[in-house]
Amino acid sequence: MTSSATFHYLLRLADTSLVLGQRLGEWVGHAPALEEDLALANIALDLLGQARLLLSYAGEIEGHGRDEDALAFLRDAAEFCNVSLAEQPNGDFGRTIVRQFLLDAWQLELYEALSGSTDARLAGIAAKAVKETRYHLRFSAGWLVRLGDGTAESHARVAAALDELWRFTDELLTPDAVDQEMAAAGVAPSLAGLRLRWEERVGAVLEEATLKRPAAASYLWHGKRGVHTEHLGHMLAEMQHLPRTFPGVTW
Amino acid sequence: MVSEQVWRVLRSVMDPEIPVLSVVDLGVVRYVRADGAGLHVGITPTYSGCPATEVIQRSIREALAREELEDVTVETVLSPPWTSEWLSEEGRRKLEAFGIAAPTARSAANVACPRCGSHEVQRVSEFGSTPCKAHYRCDDCIEPFDVFKCI
Repeated sequence: MTSSATFHYLLRLADTSLVLGQRLGEWVGHAPALEEDLALANIALDLLGQARLLLSYAGEIEGHGRDEDALAFLRDAAEFCNVSLAEQPNGDFGRTIVRQFLLDAWQLELYEALSGSTDARLAGIAAKAVKETRYHLRFSAGWLVRLGDGTAESHARVAAALDELWRFTDELLTPDAVDQEMAAAGVAPSLAGLRLRWEERVGAVLEEATLKRPAAASYLWHGKRGVHTEHLGHMLAEMQHLPRTFPGVTW
Repeated sequence: MVSEQVWRVLRSVMDPEIPVLSVVDLGVVRYVRADGAGLHVGITPTYSGCPATEVIQRSIREALAREELEDVTVETVLSPPWTSEWLSEEGRRKLEAFGIAAPTARSAANVACPRCGSHEVQRVSEFGSTPCKAHYRCDDCIEPFDVFKCI
């Protein structure tokens, strides 16, 4: 196992939480109701906390003196390794819920498996994240059922979002060389096994939400290898604006 | 014993968000150890992103420095992850007196309104004003209240 592979694997986990947390942060002050505003901000905070722990660890593994802030604020889009689904724009509340649900279900399976990682520090971070992610998934799955099995309008909106976002899910579950190297070392789970558990979990909620599982679709994006949709760069421009404009600023 | 003195100081360091709970009540102090390099205090965060964690670590260093316990390293411990079961009995009583229902099994039927004691309560949201609290409403006294989350 190479430290470069470990570094990139940690960045995938960290950047997915960071980017998704930043997206949810865009809802603060704009959500449909105060309770949902608070919930999305709380989930964003958990994700940001997970990202900080993972980025700090990644920086230590890399050994070039980059801390969590340097990794979060001073990398360009092509160096981000989040899965492409995480960077997709919020759209309406229903679309945000669909994106959140698909990723919560994935993160829960992933973190449960990573709690048994041969890498003790990663296992510790994952065991903590599992508890938080269970709350996230209850929220997003609960809303998906309410919206899917709700009015004709709410159903149509989440069904359209699901159709649009589904093509990004294959990336979550298709291993590449880094995933395979981590799985062989016992650091990460096999994505083939994870795919089965994810499909079962997601399928059950979609059924309850009266939503049809979209057909598999090919995809062109490999966010975890740095090949992103056009949305990430715009998001990072805002997220990184302050530390890049005023290097070293504190407040 | 120096470690007893450290524990005494830690019992005076309050959570910045719930100022009736000390860090010992909250169950975030995992150990106080002495070795050749000095004292080590192990602190575990409640939630990965809880902003209070850094404030707590700084408050601990400052409180120990005021007692001239300078040779202390405050360390972050992630494993095993914090659980609301580590809240002390005294901490649970202080929470209730402060108006926050103590953590209980997840069913809303077990939650009692900290103001009037009624079990006729409804969960408004599993997320509240801080990562560690959920938002409830009492149907008897019609007051909203926080519940310390079970995690």
